[in-house]
Amino acid sequence: MHDAFTAAMEQWVREGIPANPRAWLISAGRFKGIDSIRRNARFQHAAATDQTDGDVHINPIDQLAAETIDPAEQIDNGVEDDELRLIFTCCHPALSPDARIALTLREVCGLTTEEIARAFLTTPTTIAQRIVRAKAKIREARIPYQVPSHSDLPDRLDGVLHVIYLVFNEGYSASEGESLTRADLSGEAIRLGRLLIELLPDRHASSPGGAEPEAIGLLALMLLQESRRAARATTNGDLILLEDQDRALWNREQISEGLEMVERALRSRRFGPYTVQSAIAAVHAEALSASATDWAQIVALYDLLLRMEPSPVIELNRAVALAMRDGPKSGLEIIDGILGRGDLHDYHLAHSARAELCRRLGRSDEARESYQRALALAKLEPERRFLERRLRELP
Amino acid sequence: MKYLFLVYGEERRIGAMTDDECMKYDHALRQGGKCLASEALQSIQTATTIRVRNGKVSITDGPFAETKEQLAGFYLVDAEDLSEAVEIAAKIPPAQVGSIEIRPIRELLSTKGEKRYI
Repeated sequence: MHDAFTAAMEQWVREGIPANPRAWLISAGRFKGIDSIRRNARFQHAAATDQTDGDVHINPIDQLAAETIDPAEQIDNGVEDDELRLIFTCCHPALSPDARIALTLREVCGLTTEEIARAFLTTPTTIAQRIVRAKAKIREARIPYQVPSHSDLPDRLDGVLHVIYLVFNEGYSASEGESLTRADLSGEAIRLGRLLIELLPDRHASSPGGAEPEAIGLLALMLLQESRRAARATTNGDLILLEDQDRALWNREQISEGLEMVERALRSRRFGPYTVQSAIAAVHAEALSASATDWAQIVALYDLLLRMEPSPVIELNRAVALAMRDGPKSGLEIIDGILGRGDLHDYHLAHSARAELCRRLGRSDEARESYQRALALAKLEPERRFLERRLRELP
Repeated sequence: MKYLFLVYGEERRIGAMTDDECMKYDHALRQGGKCLASEALQSIQTATTIRVRNGKVSITDGPFAETKEQLAGFYLVDAEDLSEAVEIAAKIPPAQVGSIEIRPIRELLSTKGEKRYI
């Protein structure tokens, strides 16, 4: 495989990254490193099932060779590393965030330009152009096709996780338009998350214990959020708040896998913000109803999250949890504090949370004002319908 | 006295020119011993910006000098790839307070496909 990489590097420096570097590498490896490949029937099997552009012959002599010669574990690692290289290259911080997403969906997930365009409510031309530009940059600026060095790995992994989470969120809650969820993208993100954990073996981890805890935490978070998909909207696409959801509709399989992942990440003691968010989702997943939720635990987790990653949005979420623990008044004070500082002024959820707490306190006029402000800022149709309904229901 | 010349222009208009003229002028300057170094740059789309704050290196896409940041110097380096370039750039002292824009060099090519002879 090494020869193939050398050849690939040379060719890519000259001509740029091919449309499907992984398939290209596998086929290049097939021709250039044919001897090494013969040593490993397992690899041939992987190539035969993975690749789309050619045929791989597994003849009895090759299989015999595979049994008699050293299993050449490193070739297997070579294929996995190749996937990892591809992911890290597509998610390189020197590419724009939009380009990273498009490139990852195209090259790692194998989505077509049309599919990506549809998912992001844009034209195939725009996506194609984004991908062409990103590839030109990879070529011209010589972004290396490699797994980052040990010291760079945590930061670069953060970048990859961020791309995966952006894809997930785009699928989970579209930023505009009619549809509330675009399941395909969330499914792709979960698939990517799994792939990443599979590909990040011990030797790439910053300490022993398998894949990075945050990669596991992110997968847990996505699974737990995804588990509520069937319950978060009515059949006509109206939004259902967490507290009103029919929890029997939550996907138990995803929940139990998610919970297991949360525990695995927490046990590592090296976890970060994704894991803490997944722990919050886990507390919800374990509760039989909104009122039976361990809100004290959720507030404590938000405190931890705020220390890791101070942000007004997390403060807002903590305020909502606090309102559930101590009553609406205490949550409202904090939200007013955030808005009073001038933060989140244009964030519709800050106003709708304020409206909700005012409504519970029977302060209808204030609630109306805040719902209206939220409505003026909300772009998603189901959210707008929800806010309109709330406005109508106010006394 | 040494002077640094910075060449500005709309990429669309500069891209429409052939390299021949540039190569000719460059050659003449070098013959006269006046030119110490000269290079053309790849498109702005290939730019990467490095900043170091509190010892942490941040890498972003694009040329993101803030309007209050002024050009203060330059390095012309030979690096294996963008990783090495970033590593070198991050050690430039002003990276801690300002930003380093990394631009890959573009090789001039005559219309006949000849490279520049230096």
